Amino acid sequence: MKLITAIIQPDKLDAVRETLIKAEITRITVTRCTGHGRHQQADQGADLYRGQSVVPNLLPKIRLDIACNDEFVEIAISAILQSARHESGRIGDGKIFLTEMQECIRIGTGERGREAI
Amino acid sequence: MNFDLRRLSVVGVMVLLLCPALVMAQTPDSQLPIDSGATAWMLTSTALVLLMVPGLAMFYGGLVRTKNVLGTMMHSFASMAIMGVIWVSVGYSLSFGPDILGGFCGWNPQMLFLHQDHSAIAINNATSSIPELVFAMFQGKFAIIAPALIAGAFAERVRFRGYCIFIALWGLVVYCPLAHWVWSGTGFLLTMGAQDYAGGTVVHISAGVSALVCAIYLGARKGYPQTAMRPNNLVMTLIGAGLLWVGWFGFNAGSSLSSNFDTVRALTVTQAAAATGALTWVIIEAIHHRKATSLGLCSGILAGLVAITPAAGVVNVAGAMILSVLASLVCYVAVLIKIRLGYDDSLDVFGIHGVAGIFGAMGLSVLLRPQSAAELTLRFGPDWSITHQLLVQGSAVGIAIIYAAVVSLILVLLVEKTVGFRLDITRETAGLDHALHGEHGYGLLNLQ
Repeated sequence: MKLITAIIQPDKLDAVRETLIKAEITRITVTRCTGHGRHQQADQGADLYRGQSVVPNLLPKIRLDIACNDEFVEIAISAILQSARHESGRIGDGKIFLTEMQECIRIGTGERGREAI
Repeated sequence: MNFDLRRLSVVGVMVLLLCPALVMAQTPDSQLPIDSGATAWMLTSTALVLLMVPGLAMFYGGLVRTKNVLGTMMHSFASMAIMGVIWVSVGYSLSFGPDILGGFCGWNPQMLFLHQDHSAIAINNATSSIPELVFAMFQGKFAIIAPALIAGAFAERVRFRGYCIFIALWGLVVYCPLAHWVWSGTGFLLTMGAQDYAGGTVVHISAGVSALVCAIYLGARKGYPQTAMRPNNLVMTLIGAGLLWVGWFGFNAGSSLSSNFDTVRALTVTQAAAATGALTWVIIEAIHHRKATSLGLCSGILAGLVAITPAAGVVNVAGAMILSVLASLVCYVAVLIKIRLGYDDSLDVFGIHGVAGIFGAMGLSVLLRPQSAAELTLRFGPDWSITHQLLVQGSAVGIAIIYAAVVSLILVLLVEKTVGFRLDITRETAGLDHALHGEHGYGLLNLQ
């Protein structure tokens, strides 16, 4: 079992959701979040402004959390990759983090592991 | 102080001498005394009707998805800007000028840019008057809200540029002629005997029908009706509906163009209709779904208010209550039918404004208060009957429906084929706020 965490641009949320649903990945968690990565630097040129270092602004992003069984990992990743990009890929389009997941427990029934996802 | 006044009056006289048009605008009407009470109420009503536009922006804005909240509210606000400019430049003249083109619309070069600041119009059976400008401004607010209403039918899926051009054209070729037919002294619907107190035909039926045409022509939103498209903020929708209710007192009671018993009666029936409509809708929902929703209550308020709009001058309180109970019922069914038929009138402009407008305009014939019926008998002779009035109302409504539908179809085609009206699928998915306006409606609550 893996946990996929994707940070994407807000305007791509619906496109990503639709592609995931087409790939039969329907169980996702969506959070509004903010952050900064290369996007900020590309926009502003540098973190230095007239010799002073500037703390980058927080930019709005969307975070998707998808817990899935191993065989669905690549399907989910390729769905996000093809739908979250602006044109052929732009700075700020986001990142995907993949982490090992120890356990998954469904609260309603107490099921654990593969079945609970 | 004295010096300032003297200097001002000298400047005033010079301006008058330099502009023959201004002197000519001092028509004999201005010999009638200005009714200061009526003028004050008309000024208030003008402000109240304008308040309905931000009210409508909030009502519609709360009903769309988060990504479209600004784009949707912009539709209402853009109408304030666009119709605001059109009305003071040519709109008033097109609507209330003397007949041209065989009464198709009005026109009077003297009325362009509203410089008749010393002219007055007669009210109260020509015993007193109000300044013409307050009438022109009052009417201008109606011209703003009518096109803004249409926007709900194609919410979340149109280009801003196309929308702006569409409402400008719609205001000029649909709204102004209709206003001329119904409200200018020589309009053929008025002389025919059609009763439209505060714009049931001109505002609600025309906007509702045009909305239906646009919604069908432009097609449904991506994902409709399979995807749930839930309102982003019903709190805002409730406040918007409340502002509409408040503003409607100006809309209906202001349409008496006076400050007397007629005014208060229009206000009273408006209040009764809104409350009854709201209550009815909530009861229907409670029976049908076992839950009374806030959106249902708002829809009932609107159904009641729209239905009473053409009737506010001619029914009594009981009549208003009957009218709005039935209007809520009919609109409730209309919204259900829409879902069956599958066209995407996103915020039910036709289902509420169109249907309740038509229902109110027809229904008033059977609910006329005795005095209004007597006045109509006096005017049209002993042959006058309720059936006769129903026929007159029916033909006025029919003319408005056909005219609004045909011209709107031509306009929406024209705009779509030239500048483009329907938004492309990528930008529709991204949302109007980001794609068209480069903004977003809500900040994150905890950050930034």
